[in-house]
Amino acid sequence: MNGSTRLRLRRGALLGPALVWWTALLAAPVLLVLAYSVFQRGVYGGVVYDFSLDNFDRIADSLYLDVLWFSVRVAGEATLVALLIGYPAAWFIATRPERWRTILLVLVVLPFWTSLLIRTYSWMVLLNDEGLINNGLQSLGIIDEPLSLLYNEFAIVLGLTYGYLPLMILPLYAAIERLSPELREAASDLGASGWRAFLTVTFPLTRAGVTAGCIFVFVPSLGNFLVPDLLGGGREQMVGNLIQTQFLKARDWPFGATLALAIIALMTIVLLIQAWINARDRTREVA
Amino acid sequence: MARSRMRRFGALAAAGALTMGIAACGADVETSDNAKAGESAAPAEQPSGGNKTLTISNWDKYIPEDLIPGFEKETGIKVKYAKHATNEEILGKLEAADGGGFDMVFVSGQFAESLKNRGWAAKIDHAAIPNEKNLYPEASKLPYDVGNTHSMPYTWGTTGLCYRSDKVSGTPDSWNDLLKPSAQVKGKTTMLSTDRWLLLPALKSLGFSANTKDEGELQQARDLLIKTKDTLLAYDDTTFYSKLVSGEALLVQAWDGWCNYGIAENPKIKFVVPKEGSDLWVDSMVVLEKSENKEAAMKFIDYVLRPESGQGVVDLLTYNTPNKAAMDGLDPKLKKQYPSLGVDPKELLAQEGLRDLGEAQPAWSRIVTEVTS
Repeated sequence: MNGSTRLRLRRGALLGPALVWWTALLAAPVLLVLAYSVFQRGVYGGVVYDFSLDNFDRIADSLYLDVLWFSVRVAGEATLVALLIGYPAAWFIATRPERWRTILLVLVVLPFWTSLLIRTYSWMVLLNDEGLINNGLQSLGIIDEPLSLLYNEFAIVLGLTYGYLPLMILPLYAAIERLSPELREAASDLGASGWRAFLTVTFPLTRAGVTAGCIFVFVPSLGNFLVPDLLGGGREQMVGNLIQTQFLKARDWPFGATLALAIIALMTIVLLIQAWINARDRTREVA
Repeated sequence: MARSRMRRFGALAAAGALTMGIAACGADVETSDNAKAGESAAPAEQPSGGNKTLTISNWDKYIPEDLIPGFEKETGIKVKYAKHATNEEILGKLEAADGGGFDMVFVSGQFAESLKNRGWAAKIDHAAIPNEKNLYPEASKLPYDVGNTHSMPYTWGTTGLCYRSDKVSGTPDSWNDLLKPSAQVKGKTTMLSTDRWLLLPALKSLGFSANTKDEGELQQARDLLIKTKDTLLAYDDTTFYSKLVSGEALLVQAWDGWCNYGIAENPKIKFVVPKEGSDLWVDSMVVLEKSENKEAAMKFIDYVLRPESGQGVVDLLTYNTPNKAAMDGLDPKLKKQYPSLGVDPKELLAQEGLRDLGEAQPAWSRIVTEVTS
């Protein structure tokens, strides 16, 4: 056995598991989704293997495009709110002494120990007209009529933001923690105000964390169907609900697959934007 | 009607099914401990069941706990009990196995009809099911399978309005009380969101069939439902009865058996079937054509149709069963607490039986999206 063979073997042994994983659990399912999207629903459910692009015609309908747009909007709102809460939180954690940082990070991740489903139900208990928040505010005499906190877009955005906030904080924390405090000091020595130093020095240097956090919140929010169903009261559909309905209620797998492709396409676009931003930042750093 | 039936935790269970639904194509067949107990308890000389194993899929918690062990002990037939969360899920599994993989499944009537039409449902061997005599005569006139040639009814019921009699003035008696709510209940009503029941109130109030395939009728129903949407608290298939108990909702669209879950916690909650009529839903047992244990499956059906088995079903679910012997032997206190259990089967049969929608299903799904998005 010569050296290069051994190297190739070693490379194969290291890459193999990841390749098998990637092929079996990512590439194959996506190809299946792609394949189903060009077939038709049978009269009794099931799939009739007649090639046709009808499903893509159906999806171009304003009805479904509106649902897609609504999903993008809600996921975008959740991402923005998560960023506005997550950045200061990550900053706060990153600037604590070592011991506190660990404790605070554990607290950030702690909610993940409980299923999102149960935590979403807890929000229903808090937010409903007879719930803790409304009853509390009413008994304090702050409001007379219950506030409409549940079963609307506000509740959906709140639920998504809450659910995925840790995924925003963690990459931001990693980015901010790496940042050397001397850079900010240098900026202020050179006469930059605190705000200017943040905008021109700190924020650009943590942009990789910002884009990663935004992706981590936006992507699962876009496909979520649990939160709109429970906190939205089923009054607004997101594309995740639509896909779930096609598979589990309408038994229209081909159309469900076409909708799933639409999400995959949207997410790919978002990831490309992220890659583009990061690549641009890197070239600047080099320059 | 049949979804996920844990009572107090029904909502969580159903929503759990929701989260896992899409991935739920793997067969979660489990042989119960009872099955093993039944094995060791089987008498030395095997009864006619022999060493057969029967694979059955049913909704979770939709069968009395002692029924399967009792059957195994008596017949020596082992039961592998699998669970599905929805009709659609078990149909998906059958789809993947081309109608095989199970000896018997519990599905709703319109799905039994679809299995029959595809040739996947085995013929019922009436001679092997002497306990069929326990059923009401009406139970053999179910429109999706007249004469019970390919299915056997397990539970049945209807859909109506479930409301807080202490907070709603008068007696709601029309679907319009839900669709065009009074100022008193506006913003405090919920509707079911699954296609068949979402459209039911509108179709019935407009005088159309609950199984309509007519595009124009569907569109009229849609327009009405879109107007109603602004008056709703939420669409809710799983927790509407607890919303009534908490007072969050005052009037909800509900399956009769599920309204009973609310009544159990607050006797001021009442159920009424609107005067315009409603649906007749049936959950039924279907033996699969591909099963090699049809004889054992028929024995199981026969066991389920015993009066004691039927009573166990009603005790567990507070649903009506088509088993007359079981209903007649029911504790009168139970019928008093849950008036829907005292209903005459003739009244149930007067409602419109749900049928498979066939090629109209995509049109229905589209209407559902138009209303709920």
